Amino acid sequence: MSKYLLDKFLFSVDRDPELVERYRADPAGTVTWWEAERANVILNCPDAERSTWLEFTDTEREALATHDYVKLFELGAHNFLVLTLFIALFERDYAEPLAFQREFAAKLSHWSLPYPDIST
Amino acid sequence: MATVAAVIASTHHPFYYRASTSTGADRPPFADEWVAKIEAFRETLTRAAPDVLVMVGSDHFHQLWLDNMPQFLVGKAPFYDANYYNEEREFGLPRMFLQGDEDFSAYVLRQGIDAGFDLAFSNELRIDHSITCPLITLRPEADLPIVPIYTNIFAPPMPQPARFVELGRTIRRLVESWPSDKRVAIIGTGHLSLELGGPRQFGPHGPDPEFDRKAVEWIASGDLGSALAEVSLDSLWLPGNATHGFMDFMLMMGAAGDNVKADYVDSLDLFHTMEAYFTWYPKEVAA
Repeated sequence: MSKYLLDKFLFSVDRDPELVERYRADPAGTVTWWEAERANVILNCPDAERSTWLEFTDTEREALATHDYVKLFELGAHNFLVLTLFIALFERDYAEPLAFQREFAAKLSHWSLPYPDIST
Repeated sequence: MATVAAVIASTHHPFYYRASTSTGADRPPFADEWVAKIEAFRETLTRAAPDVLVMVGSDHFHQLWLDNMPQFLVGKAPFYDANYYNEEREFGLPRMFLQGDEDFSAYVLRQGIDAGFDLAFSNELRIDHSITCPLITLRPEADLPIVPIYTNIFAPPMPQPARFVELGRTIRRLVESWPSDKRVAIIGTGHLSLELGGPRQFGPHGPDPEFDRKAVEWIASGDLGSALAEVSLDSLWLPGNATHGFMDFMLMMGAAGDNVKADYVDSLDLFHTMEAYFTWYPKEVAA
């Protein structure tokens, strides 16, 4: 489990307007590129001083590549990061205010407490 | 010594700015009541005539990240830029520019560390909506210098609730011991029950109205005994998966004092989460 790396992907995309659009249009390609080029960059260090060990599991990569926010919830990705980014990706496709947020909740309605652990 | 002009605790609803500035068909039906309540709440700070604002909030994964996560952090900078692209995108929040009070930040850091809190610090901090929302509601001119204090209510492992209370008590003592003739308002924002990114999000009211009712009662009466007895890091998952923000309310209860009743209490049951507003005045002003 690399919850930290899932969160790092969500965090990195959410803060970058171009990446938000790229991830919306081409989720699988964006995840492949990001894991190869960005996953090991330490955000407050020069690119050359990167980590060497971070990679997604197959399940995590698939969840990100298919925009599967239910799976991300189940894998313990941080709830705030998932919600914020997915609102940016998909709220625009819904006519009614909060309709996407309510559909998101409904798709998780089979879950009761305790929820998956988000600790990293 | 400096004077505690007011202690103010509030929720920070990022939709207030858009709701209050929207017009015509875009204006939600609850906007007028919300604006009226905020304007009454704002008056409680205006009346306190503060010179400096201590602003307690929490970075929402903007500048602070999991590779280097402080539990409690004090900003020490002459200025703070504020609000982020994703807050503009989701909430329509404006970019803001705030003045700091470096002398008071330095005092809080030195004396806070010596009082037993190993506070992290930042000399270049971009502020997010946990601090700009209460400025928009309470001091929209944003014309007073601030000392920002960030707490981790977001990324486990977090400090225990009792530690938040103790930090609130310490902040109060630091204001009262600061060699200055300034009037300082201590303002902090948190959450009542709140769910984000889970099955209970964005319901017709907060996810746990019973928790909200009890929480408002604890805060209004300064009942730290009950709050500390009932609230734990584990229990806060139950009312909603983002309810750890209630620990910032507990911090503010520490700043207000044990069993000190709030002088001003108001709340508003909105979709998604309950809004709640509290102000305490030092005794000589309240009398």
